[in-house]
Amino acid sequence: MAENIWRDLAAALRDDRAGQRLLYTLLAVSVLVPLLNLGVGQTSWLHVTNYSMTLIAKYMSYAMLALAVDLIWGYCGILSLGHGAFFSLGGYAMGMYLMRQIGDRGVYGNPLLPDFMVFLNWKELPWFWHGFQSFPYAISMVVLVPATLALVFGFLAFRSRVSGVYLSIITQALTYALMLAFFRNDMGFGGNNGFTDFKDILGFNLQAPGTRVSLFLCTALALAGSYVSCRYVVASRAGRVIEAIRDAESRARFLGYRVESYKLWVFVLSAILAGVAGALYVPQVGIINPSEFSPVNSIEIVIWVAIGGRGTLYGAVVGAFLVNFAKTYLTGAFPSIWLYGLGALFIVVTLFLQYGVVGAIGQWRRSRLRRATT
Amino acid sequence: MAPLPFAKSDDVSTGAADIAHADRAHGRILDLENITVSFDGFRALNALNLQIDAGELRCIIGPNGAGKTTMMDVITGKTRPDEGSAFFGQGVNLLRMTEPEIAQAGIGRKFQKPTVFENQSTVANLELAMSGAKTVWKWLNAHITAPQRDRLDEVLGTIGLSGQRLALAATLSHGQKQWLEIGMLLMQDPQLLLIDEPVAGMTPQEVERNAQLLVSLAGKHTLIVVEHDMEFVRSIARQVTVLHEGRVLAEGDMNTIQTNTQVKQVYLGE
Repeated sequence: MAENIWRDLAAALRDDRAGQRLLYTLLAVSVLVPLLNLGVGQTSWLHVTNYSMTLIAKYMSYAMLALAVDLIWGYCGILSLGHGAFFSLGGYAMGMYLMRQIGDRGVYGNPLLPDFMVFLNWKELPWFWHGFQSFPYAISMVVLVPATLALVFGFLAFRSRVSGVYLSIITQALTYALMLAFFRNDMGFGGNNGFTDFKDILGFNLQAPGTRVSLFLCTALALAGSYVSCRYVVASRAGRVIEAIRDAESRARFLGYRVESYKLWVFVLSAILAGVAGALYVPQVGIINPSEFSPVNSIEIVIWVAIGGRGTLYGAVVGAFLVNFAKTYLTGAFPSIWLYGLGALFIVVTLFLQYGVVGAIGQWRRSRLRRATT
Repeated sequence: MAPLPFAKSDDVSTGAADIAHADRAHGRILDLENITVSFDGFRALNALNLQIDAGELRCIIGPNGAGKTTMMDVITGKTRPDEGSAFFGQGVNLLRMTEPEIAQAGIGRKFQKPTVFENQSTVANLELAMSGAKTVWKWLNAHITAPQRDRLDEVLGTIGLSGQRLALAATLSHGQKQWLEIGMLLMQDPQLLLIDEPVAGMTPQEVERNAQLLVSLAGKHTLIVVEHDMEFVRSIARQVTVLHEGRVLAEGDMNTIQTNTQVKQVYLGE
């Protein structure tokens, strides 16, 4: 069976030219960026600063998040406007581990309680903070918490046959409710400040060059792994069922498919990918707070996917990079126009580039090919 | 095909007397009794009784709003009736099953508007419809076997789409989509096929081919065909049921139906 999986995977990737290019690019980036960061002196123009490397890592975790949304939206037709919630929960789970790693090096020097708890005059660690001193435990929570939420939420929503815009609205409500909850100090997640001032991960200083490069490589690997897993799923027969459900749900149901199970399965898988992306994001960016749950964030993810080109997987990655690069540039150069820029981009894509940037490139290449042959 | 627990011929007694030429040797395949469905006080089905024998080709006709589509919804599990019972074969209670369970039990349904998976090829559409376990885990690394490939080719031939094997379903003509959907039903290997308006929007040649196809399927499968086109019904029907206001108005062969005064009143307002 395991052998079958590898064979199917190889076959799926062989047919996926754009995916191959993406994976090679990723490989080149993971070799070049650390090399130019560690190996080239800071005075050289070739030097990649820590800031840039972290920025690229951040984009890569966003790209994973975009993949998660493309899987559920582009392939299964479920427009989730709440995927930021799964990303944030994964991030918070990692944040809790990082907070416990601080130990007695916090401002108040309490060996057990994180600073914000001491500040709130708490005497003992809340029950749900136990276990987070262990890295494997924290990692399992990174997966389990988003997965469980998606399982329960999806089970209820899909069983009641909530779909279309109604489902989008309740996913939006879900992330909004979580944001309000995480803003509260008595929830035990640091209120509106969230978690920050992380020191170590697995005993390694987060600021150390080696740690930074390792985290960068982990993120690149996770992105590649996510891409390959998603490709495997969508190229399988189950993937074709998922697309069939998107295009004609009742037809699939009357053919004997348990549409709800398929949707739930994809939704949970997508939530897990988002959670892992969040867990990679937090140690590199150095902060997680409830604003990550804000509904606007979740909508932005959908925009990345739409701009890149949905239902292609690589389009999601391209979109996440393009939009976030533009965001970084524009918020720095022209802070006041970024939101207008994003809005304009979305309108242009919706009106003129139905299949996103990758779709437009594909069309252009095809038409050039046609002109060359005639 | 999985053997169906057919009713023994002597079990077929209640309400069967009015079916003149029922093939008793095969037994009953569908038994709807006293089915009532109300939508906001409107009775779409009103104590409907319908019995179908295995291997039959039954045409259901009736004016708009007679309850034809609601009846199909009840049989396929989409709508739950307020009252009544619905049994498939012997003792398979349709009212306790979900749509996928009913489909897996051997009832296929073709929609009025041809509904195929437009973004996939003709052969992929058929493959998706193939009978068998359809859970996520099984299908993640499932592959076509040689007998399954033969079956795909066979059905492609039956529906006359061998030449369009790899064409996207979206590029097929209206009539071809209708056949593709019928082909998908065949891949399910159903005992009972429900076919809603198979010739709507077809050219005369296509209508004729369709009639041949449906007649050739009867016997091996049981077919219930809902159709408005009386010419088409006459060309294929052996047994016709007329629905009106949610109940059976008349039942019999085409000649009996056409001379029935009640039917004339409903259809022609005489």
